[in-house]
Amino acid sequence: MTDTSGFDDIPGTYLFNKDRCHEGYHLNMFCMSLMKAENREAFRSDEAAYLDQFPLLTLEQRRCVLERDWLGMIHVGGNIYYTSKLGATDGLSFQYLAGAMSGMTQEEYREMMIAGGRPIDGNRSKSEKG
Amino acid sequence: MGRIVAGVGTSHVPAIGVAVDLGKTQEPYWKPLFDGYEPAREWLSKVEPDVVILVYNDHGTAFSLEVIPTFAIGVAREFPPADEGWGPRPVPIVKGHPELAWHMAESLILDEFDITIVNEMSVDHGLTVPLSIACGEPKEWPFPVIPLAVNVVQYPPPTGRRCFDLGRSIRKAVDAYDEDLKVVIFGTGGMSHQLHGERAGVINKDFDQRFLNDLTQDPQRLVELPHIEYVREAGAEGIEMVMWLIMRGALGDDITEVYQNYHVPASNTAAGLIILENNS
Repeated sequence: MTDTSGFDDIPGTYLFNKDRCHEGYHLNMFCMSLMKAENREAFRSDEAAYLDQFPLLTLEQRRCVLERDWLGMIHVGGNIYYTSKLGATDGLSFQYLAGAMSGMTQEEYREMMIAGGRPIDGNRSKSEKG
Repeated sequence: MGRIVAGVGTSHVPAIGVAVDLGKTQEPYWKPLFDGYEPAREWLSKVEPDVVILVYNDHGTAFSLEVIPTFAIGVAREFPPADEGWGPRPVPIVKGHPELAWHMAESLILDEFDITIVNEMSVDHGLTVPLSIACGEPKEWPFPVIPLAVNVVQYPPPTGRRCFDLGRSIRKAVDAYDEDLKVVIFGTGGMSHQLHGERAGVINKDFDQRFLNDLTQDPQRLVELPHIEYVREAGAEGIEMVMWLIMRGALGDDITEVYQNYHVPASNTAAGLIILENNS
């Protein structure tokens, strides 16, 4: 078995490994379905009914989608390249989502990026972060 | 025979494509980045490649979690720009080069790189943004493009060494092609960026600049760099940089760096660009 536990020491980072692929499969494939304009339309008109087409979603995954809990989605196996399709359906940019996941407004996040980004120092290891 | 005359490394940030498509490239936020692309565009228009091999990753567009090819090559006559949730980008259809692409697929597989062959696929920002960066907004892309997609979304992506060796095998294939073709290979993605989680937004200028410099000065260090170093130092999505090593592997030992550019930020990402001419 491939051991990816070393990655767990990196703070605020969720390696999309086999466990997350397995846990998040139906959540991510729901997001994938939003690549089609007619599906985006159907989802917008009745979100809960649209989600019923994905009966293997967990209750927590459904909640995260309906409440747009962007970080929560990552915690239950969501992959950013898929959850961002839900963001696109809502008209939200990657910067908005990144801000939401890291507890910042889009404006604060944008300013941080203009100032050179989130510093790597202090963000390499959970122990370093203290 | 075919000749790989140069390699280009570039980021493929979707927001760069949006800036082009919405006519924002001269706005203060974007102007410094696009000014940095000008010399590269001039260089490419002088080189006039017959074909471009474009190494990129699909972001849950043509592929999804349903099927995850580690390496895939597009052999179609054309590749339509994809609807990534916003509608397709208003850019030209990408014309392929089925003859060279099929020759590459055969050559790579017989050389023990078991690449997936794709007859139909749309192409997302991973492929079309580098074309916009390199060519601006032409009515038609000035050369045919062979898409070479790499999985860097599902762990594990291929190792840096495997990517470099694939590049060498691509070079063998192109060398053995019986038509006289001038080929440029693009490696795309990166540089440092993380799009997800509480650490989203991380940038590591030192890592990126060392990476750019070591493409010429110490490619062996890059070949040996483990995945965890990319993820820790360059952000989870910075792992895309392994794709630059396919480009580097397709060049010989004797190369000349003719241009380098680096800018932070392009949305969430450090945008790098490098041009390496192949002397051997």
